[in-house]
Amino acid sequence: MAAPVTAMLEVREVAVRFGGVSALGGVSFAVAPGTVTSLIGPNGAGKTTAFNVITGFQRPSAGRVSHEGVAITGWRPHRIAERGVVRTFQKTSVFPGLTVMDNVLTGLHLRGRVGVAAVLLARRRVRDEEQRLRQEAERVIEFVGLGRRRDELASVLSYGDQRLLELAVALGAQPRLLLLDEPASGMTASEKLAVAALIQRIRQQGVTVFLVEHDMRLVMQISDCVLVLNYGRLIANGSADEVQRNPDVIRAYLGAGARVDA
Amino acid sequence: MRRLGLGALLAVCATAPLWVWNPYHLHTLIMAGIFAVLALSLNLLLGYTGQLSLGHAAFFGIGAYATGLLTVKLEWSPWIGLLAATALPALAGWVIGRLALKLRGAYFVLLTISFAGVISLVSVNWMDLTNGPLGLPGVPPVELAVPGLPALSLRTKGAYYYLVLATVVASYLFCLALIRSRIGRALVALRENETLAVSVGIDGTHYLVLAAVISAGMAGLGGGLYAHYTRFVSPEVFLFSYTVTMVIMVVAGGKGTLTGPIVGAVIFTVLPEALRELTSWQWQMLLYGILLIAVLFFMPRGIVPTLEARWRRP
Repeated sequence: MAAPVTAMLEVREVAVRFGGVSALGGVSFAVAPGTVTSLIGPNGAGKTTAFNVITGFQRPSAGRVSHEGVAITGWRPHRIAERGVVRTFQKTSVFPGLTVMDNVLTGLHLRGRVGVAAVLLARRRVRDEEQRLRQEAERVIEFVGLGRRRDELASVLSYGDQRLLELAVALGAQPRLLLLDEPASGMTASEKLAVAALIQRIRQQGVTVFLVEHDMRLVMQISDCVLVLNYGRLIANGSADEVQRNPDVIRAYLGAGARVDA
Repeated sequence: MRRLGLGALLAVCATAPLWVWNPYHLHTLIMAGIFAVLALSLNLLLGYTGQLSLGHAAFFGIGAYATGLLTVKLEWSPWIGLLAATALPALAGWVIGRLALKLRGAYFVLLTISFAGVISLVSVNWMDLTNGPLGLPGVPPVELAVPGLPALSLRTKGAYYYLVLATVVASYLFCLALIRSRIGRALVALRENETLAVSVGIDGTHYLVLAAVISAGMAGLGGGLYAHYTRFVSPEVFLFSYTVTMVIMVVAGGKGTLTGPIVGAVIFTVLPEALRELTSWQWQMLLYGILLIAVLFFMPRGIVPTLEARWRRP
């Protein structure tokens, strides 16, 4: 019997209600392994809420989420990260008081093993592991292009560099599914190009990328699949070209009165 | 330069009993050492995880009573007593951490205060076990027994000073190794940006509870050292003023650094005694308060971080 292809991520009938307000009203979709998938939609459509549910920061009112066939609904965020589902945040989120190196080392937390007993008794093991983690961190820092900022505090980096650092911290956690919440927001055109290239390289390393993004040119350029949310409902799902021609999508973005052929 | 300074400092510390003739001054140094262990312990929580324990005297006191009861009532070896003085408070730290650190912040502060209050009442009222307010006299001195040699009793201040000094150095080195490891990074990450920390797989509750356990264990060890030094344990060990003193030492010395709490412990143990010798008792606490306010006003980040910053940019 041939095993069915399990989705990297499967979201089934997920609903989130805040009191009487419905942020997500029963959304279902899947993200195929090895792809770049984008989630788009007007402000308030529920994109970040969907991310929060997937990564355990928001418990859904109904529905289920599974990662590679394992139900992860309601798990705490750190356990979901242990499975290789790692996210970034819409508002820049780094460890401001730490250097770039220490930020990334913190991201590498799951790749270390030593506990209190080892710190007390097995100094050599601790030192070896530390060395390995530093090499690892060095590699990630070079990968995102922050090599020359390695020893600077995160708080003094430029906005664009902070966003790259955020990406580096997430990559440190060795994701198999990387969720990026508006990775290019507020960036200059050239920074956006760099981020697009970076996302392509992340995908080439076998990481599935799922992103929320407002920059349509970026989305259409790098996505294998685009999902469109509006008012907490999925209104389109397909390739970039299909979605761009979808009349519902055009209406959602331009308003109900817009003529589709305009 | 740095190495030279460290060597000189160690030499001064190691030879102190040889040139500090006045037993009262030596006593002050021993107390400074015990408080250094306590301040390092509180600093793990307050400085590195940002959680304020206002019941730290409880862990100190449980440690003192643990070894006091085991050595006085059961006549066990003081070394086992000191071990229990570390283990029992660590267990209490685990319970408190489990209960309060899911919520953190104000809940942790309140729970630690109430815990210290309850434990203090138990020590006063459980007469059969603790002798109540009379306390436990006759806590035996620590003995250093090396096979083949006559046992060496650390009864004198000079000898006890070395035991305390060794504990301070060991505590410092342990904290240093811990903070530089992935455990320390996890603690700092939780303080700096908890949301991001858990998103890369750091189990917030686990690490905060771990910090509470280690911190409580160290405070208990400090309490054990205190019990075998004063040779007497009474409910006084649970006084809120011990906790306040620890907080002052950590905050004024420099929380979130490792030398800060030690510097704070030495300064704020020596200062009241120095003021006692220099002025009358009416002025002693008043001047202490004014100096404390001045330190916090001019060095809000603490003495060590401020001096370090000045050192780097002359």
